[in-house]
Amino acid sequence: MPGPDKETDLTERVEAFLSDLKRGGSGAGPLRGSAETARETTALLRKITAQARWSSAGDLMEIIRKEGRRMTAAQPSETTVGNMIRRVLKIIREEYARSRGSSEEADQQESLHKLLTSGGLCEENFRQHFAPLKANVIEAINELLTELEGTTDNISMQALEHIHSNEVIMTIGRSRTVEAFLRDAARKRKFHVIVAECAPFCQGHEMATNLSKAGIETTVIADAAIFAVMSRVNKVIIGTQTVLANGGLRAVNGTHTLALAAKHHSTPLIVCAPMFKLSPQFPNEEDTFHKFVSPHEVLPFTEGEILSKVNVHCPVFDYVPPELITLFISNIGGHAPSYIYRLMSELYHPEDHEL
Amino acid sequence: MCNSCAFYHFAAVFLSLNHLLHGYEKKGDIERAKSEGKELTKEEKQRLRKEKKQQKKSKEKKDDKVIQESGKETRGDSSAASPPQPSSQSTAQKAPSAVPPPVSVPAPEAPTPADKPAKSKAELKAERRARQEAERASKQSKKGDPGPQGAVSKSKAATNELQPVVKRLPEHIQVDNPDVLKKLAKKLERQQIPLRLDYGYKVSLFSHLHQYSRKAPLTQQLSIPSTVIHPAIVRLGLQYSQGIVAGSNARSVALLHAFKQVIRDYTTPPNEELSRDLVNRLKPYISFLNQCRPLSASMGNAIKYVKKEISNIPSQCKEEEAKHKLLKCIECYIKDKIILAATAIAESSIEKISDGDVILIYGCSSLVNHILCEALEKNRKFRVIVVDSRPRLEGREALRRLVQRGISCTYVLISAVSYILPEVSKVFLGAHALLANGYVMSRVGTSQIALVAKAFNVPVLVCCETYKFCERVQTDSFVSNELDDPDDLIVTRNGHTQLENWQQEPSLGLLNLVYDVTPPDFVDLVITELGMIPCTSVPVVLRVKNVDQ
Repeated sequence: MPGPDKETDLTERVEAFLSDLKRGGSGAGPLRGSAETARETTALLRKITAQARWSSAGDLMEIIRKEGRRMTAAQPSETTVGNMIRRVLKIIREEYARSRGSSEEADQQESLHKLLTSGGLCEENFRQHFAPLKANVIEAINELLTELEGTTDNISMQALEHIHSNEVIMTIGRSRTVEAFLRDAARKRKFHVIVAECAPFCQGHEMATNLSKAGIETTVIADAAIFAVMSRVNKVIIGTQTVLANGGLRAVNGTHTLALAAKHHSTPLIVCAPMFKLSPQFPNEEDTFHKFVSPHEVLPFTEGEILSKVNVHCPVFDYVPPELITLFISNIGGHAPSYIYRLMSELYHPEDHEL
Repeated sequence: MCNSCAFYHFAAVFLSLNHLLHGYEKKGDIERAKSEGKELTKEEKQRLRKEKKQQKKSKEKKDDKVIQESGKETRGDSSAASPPQPSSQSTAQKAPSAVPPPVSVPAPEAPTPADKPAKSKAELKAERRARQEAERASKQSKKGDPGPQGAVSKSKAATNELQPVVKRLPEHIQVDNPDVLKKLAKKLERQQIPLRLDYGYKVSLFSHLHQYSRKAPLTQQLSIPSTVIHPAIVRLGLQYSQGIVAGSNARSVALLHAFKQVIRDYTTPPNEELSRDLVNRLKPYISFLNQCRPLSASMGNAIKYVKKEISNIPSQCKEEEAKHKLLKCIECYIKDKIILAATAIAESSIEKISDGDVILIYGCSSLVNHILCEALEKNRKFRVIVVDSRPRLEGREALRRLVQRGISCTYVLISAVSYILPEVSKVFLGAHALLANGYVMSRVGTSQIALVAKAFNVPVLVCCETYKFCERVQTDSFVSNELDDPDDLIVTRNGHTQLENWQQEPSLGLLNLVYDVTPPDFVDLVITELGMIPCTSVPVVLRVKNVDQ
């Protein structure tokens, strides 16, 4: 019977993915980019949809939620995993609603009136069985995958709208999205890029070498010089790890300082973030927000005697409040930070915010 | 504006002098002044042209006395201001003490040669104002004696206050000007000091600054034994360029100790005066040290002091006595300005540290470390967060010193400062120099810490001795800065060095800034040995110091 083999195969895939996640986010910077993680998660979810045994939408959602909880627990800081799971859950809900024939509007709880009068959504337990549901869901997930593959290109296409010639652009650390963005603009325009190296991982060095190989005039500066050179910078373009529900960012450490310096000099701060980075998390959860890695990066063991008497911190992320951000550029266009909540309600269903 | 005011005051001085010489003036005098004023403009223009030619010649000779003499001639004839004399104002700079006698007042009024055509217009305006002033003064003098004398004393005081100190631009921020470089090369050749070559690709924003490599110290180009430069100075220069002696106070103290050694080993050659010869001896040493590493503001002030002391030695003083006196002066300077000042500052700062405080410091400032150790001795309970930055990583040195004393410390890099700031109650920063417009020049990254502290509403206190106060003004970190070896930014992680071949990449540049300026709105308080002052009171302190001297 192909069933049990498929199942073991599936569980093997899931286990392999989980251990990859656990290893991958071990603080030397992600060994894989978020885009890759997103793609792999979605592919895995498609496989689960195809191969797991389920009879109704509710069952499928249960299975996906269970796997999703395990995946997010493996690497809590890798939020794209959770985001993709929520996207797939939303897809399932939509497909179910379409199969049932009910209009889309009934599912959206915009109106306060509906919230108070209908309790109708609670009764929706997704128990009905629809034969074409599986195929529809898999097709929708395939569409999602195609969308994911095109995100970087979609963002890069907008580069020429935001970069004029002879500009000085500042960025921090390494972001594949920003790299592609700048390289695309460099094909037609000449500008100068200043990269803050972002200690202790110094990913800015790699970014700078890649940009200079593309023919862009690049300068590497130490983190301490960010405010000193900011007065000559025209724009700050950064990537981020996550976009939070209030429009704030969870980005690599040092970004908050960069944002404050940009605000002081009234320099626009542009964030290039594809939609799969948008997460329904809020920054209040202090204990889960920050991620720390080995303090060896900051104060190496060669320092010897003083090590035992000193507290050393090495946070990986920084919170940037939405007031400091000017613009988000995503694969569906540009938005102000105040619009993020709306996008979020289109991508995710409110009941899925807690997996 | 300053120039026209200066002209105005100068004209007033001359005219009041006129009154002194000629007694109570009658209308005849006024008319004479007026007519002279009109004539002068033409005369002045002619003289301007003459002066331009003379200056071109004198630039090569660099003979101050020639210009001064010609200037004095013109001054003797005419009233209003003499044409621009950049060299004469340097003499004014060297003797900032005492109220300059009214006759020599015209000397310092010297903008750069570029201002000449504009100046003639200003001169015309000054003539008009001088005529008005003459009329006013004549009315005043009719009241009685106090009039002209009051005018004289008032104008004396006025000229003293508004003495325009127009400086020559220092060479080390004009690297992009080939004329300046040629001049420097000639000067160094004369002094037999090797010229240090710039290294690596310079970022275009900083093409006006030098960028040296640590691997090529100047001493490699010196012949051994070097007869021109005292060995103590050679050693000092090497220590500076390799970063062995770093930090504003350390560099100044090391410099003064080296000067003491030089003075001890000095013998006056026959037919020479100690006061003049020793100053000339010191000039190549200073050029050499400048080549090794650009002088800091505190070192500049120390050198000015030493030169002043040397030139104030009376000529009848015997050599031994003079040397003893000089050594004593230098020791007093170190004691007063650095050591005792640190004690005074520590006393004031300890009032600002309360029990349970969490204090954030940046990098390694000897003064701030001293303050914290003193506070610990006075049994204050606090803990310290040391913020550090690549590539210098000076914070580790501060960390070692503090941990040795038993202070509980936390250590982070500057990128984590917005994570750690919510815990902090005060920020103590050291300074390299305090500029006359209230900006604080300090290690790069200080302004960033002040910015983030301001955003989190944490008070920022800067500790600085008064000998680091400097008359320069600066608004950004570009115009006058120091570029360190760009190779310091290279780092090897996981066995992989990303930037190893950065020189081969044509569009890649590394920037290693040393200093930055913090605007005064980020700084809440400056603690000096004269008391706790706001950032904007720096020019007041400078003025008080100048009057004292």
